[in-house]
Amino acid sequence: MTAGDKSPGNGRAGRKPSSRRRSTRTETSTTAPTVAATAATGTTATNAPVTAPDPADLLRQMMRIRRFEERCAELYSTTKIRGFVHLCIGEEAVAVGQMSALAPGDAVVSTYREHGHALARGMSMESVMAEMFGKVTGCSRGRGGSMHLFDVSRRFYGGNAIVAGGLPLAVGLALADQMNGRPNVTACIFGDGAMAEGEFHESANLAALWKLPVLFCCENNRYAMGTALAREHAQTDLAMRAASYGMVAWTVDGMDAEAVAEATRRAVDQVRGGGGPCFLEQRTYRFRAHSMYDPDRYREKSEIEQWKRSDPIPALAERLKSRGTLTDADMHRWAQEIEAEIEAAVAAAERADVEPVADLTRYVTSPTDGSGSPT
Amino acid sequence: MTAPPSEPAAQTGAPTGAGGTQTTYREALREAHRDALTRDPRVFLMGEDVGCYGGSFAVSLGLLEEFGPERIRDTPLSESAFTGAGIGAALGGMRPIVEIMTVNFSLLALDQILNNAATLLNMSGGQLPVPLVIRMTTGAGRQVAAQHSHSLEGWYAHIPGLRVLAPATIEDARGMLWPALQDPDPVLIFEHGSLYNLKGTLPAGAAEVDITRAAVRRRGTDVTLVTYGGSLGKGYSRVPTRSIELFPWWIQAEVAAERVTVGPATNGRASRHVTAERAADQRAADMRNSIAALMSRSKREIPHYYLSTTVDLQRTSAARHRWA
Repeated sequence: MTAGDKSPGNGRAGRKPSSRRRSTRTETSTTAPTVAATAATGTTATNAPVTAPDPADLLRQMMRIRRFEERCAELYSTTKIRGFVHLCIGEEAVAVGQMSALAPGDAVVSTYREHGHALARGMSMESVMAEMFGKVTGCSRGRGGSMHLFDVSRRFYGGNAIVAGGLPLAVGLALADQMNGRPNVTACIFGDGAMAEGEFHESANLAALWKLPVLFCCENNRYAMGTALAREHAQTDLAMRAASYGMVAWTVDGMDAEAVAEATRRAVDQVRGGGGPCFLEQRTYRFRAHSMYDPDRYREKSEIEQWKRSDPIPALAERLKSRGTLTDADMHRWAQEIEAEIEAAVAAAERADVEPVADLTRYVTSPTDGSGSPT
Repeated sequence: MTAPPSEPAAQTGAPTGAGGTQTTYREALREAHRDALTRDPRVFLMGEDVGCYGGSFAVSLGLLEEFGPERIRDTPLSESAFTGAGIGAALGGMRPIVEIMTVNFSLLALDQILNNAATLLNMSGGQLPVPLVIRMTTGAGRQVAAQHSHSLEGWYAHIPGLRVLAPATIEDARGMLWPALQDPDPVLIFEHGSLYNLKGTLPAGAAEVDITRAAVRRRGTDVTLVTYGGSLGKGYSRVPTRSIELFPWWIQAEVAAERVTVGPATNGRASRHVTAERAADQRAADMRNSIAALMSRSKREIPHYYLSTTVDLQRTSAARHRWA
């Protein structure tokens, strides 16, 4: 732990230290013209203001993601799932909180640890599980796997397996929305490790310079694979660094789904209002190793146990029970429903076909018959 | 057949008696941009110094005044961010033209070009075509040392998912951009730095160039000269005019899984092939990655009756380019 570190629960939604206020910005960008009659895929949805989510639904979704991830770990051990798999167990509050604040027309650019984001964004569990299995019924036809879940109909532009590789992409999606006068926000999700990459700094600068509607969502789980935050960053206050680009930046407790939802909603409102990008640092922790290959030698078991005491699922459950809005029977019923949904998804994935070999070079380039033409 | 591009024109901008226009490669590129920006509101240009400066090679000079700062966008020196932003904007329904000042700087954007632009269609199971055009200057011969003299189009041509073009003539400069913008996949256009001042006649009505296959510049019987981009003029000028007939090409790319279009030039008429490339890289290893080597390998794969001799590889002297 260093001076810049915070224990779980310290960062609260909406907190805006004075150092994180918007700084002076040069006026290099002007109002973008509207390009008439451009119908980009999935970008025609209107975005009514997003209201606060039902906390019980946040809890149910976290339980669903947790069980999905646990089942993936089991399936990996039996080699039903192969390749790289990065689980988000411990980080579910971030996934459900931030997705709850987005409208259907908003875009999401994610990372290789994106199962939770995909499920919370509304992608069907069946399509995500089939993708884990590499089956043609998967959301990316089995070509992406765990790290590359795509669903254009939900404006979910994938997990990206290159740390910070998605950030410039998000800037461009937001640029297209701005140039077309569409009131959309692009949520750009990345980790603390990405803030050491040049792409973060280039993208933050460009988005702020052009006042683009990007919400930078930094899931700070305190480790860039096996390198601890204080060993990778000279300045570990990530929100403060982001603020230096002229963005409003918040820090939020990433173990509190309600806090993440509220902070994201406020940030999204601000971005949608046209003031340019915002940055939200969500302080969280992964309970499992970086990937299925990771022996997890770089951190103390006691540290993991300490963070597990802030497990977002029981924390929210206890809070709702104390408010009288949740019963054990509710949770039991949800657990059964979730189990049934997962097993149905697994069974469907088992039954599905892999893509035929004849399709090996399909989608290296677009089909020549025009069927795959972009919009 | 098209006249050799190395023939100088007397004057630029003046109509010729045959109905063509005297112009330059640079002006033809600019006119192609003007045309695309006018025809399609989704098209915009972004890159370093494309606006106020007028383009580092003056290709976009005057376009800022004509189309405004939203469509002629000066960017920070952030090759990765603005190239990636071009990819994202393409996914968002725009038709961006990203200008990277030179191929040498494109390495700073290589992750975006290779891991995003070239792979998103495949990894998304066909959901995300990337209709993006990236232009950059390439080539040596201007006494600007190694870091400004690379010819990396050969590298890029090895990347499945990209289409690689090298406009060699004024007609190419005028006619390649629009079809490139119609391509649903990313297209990289490599403009040899020594060609911008090339003068010539743009025939009246010169329109789009077929970017799906190589061009046959001249029919012949004895030797096929295969070349592209900045080497086309050189190729013409060095061949004795009376002795043999030629098939000079410019490279087109249909490069997927390392296949280069082997176009009509190899239709059996010629029995000897020479590939010529004006490359800058010194290392012998680069020989294997050159466009010429790629085409040579591809030709070995075509039916043997097209060829009766070994493909030769001729390159300009390595030593000459050490200081280029």
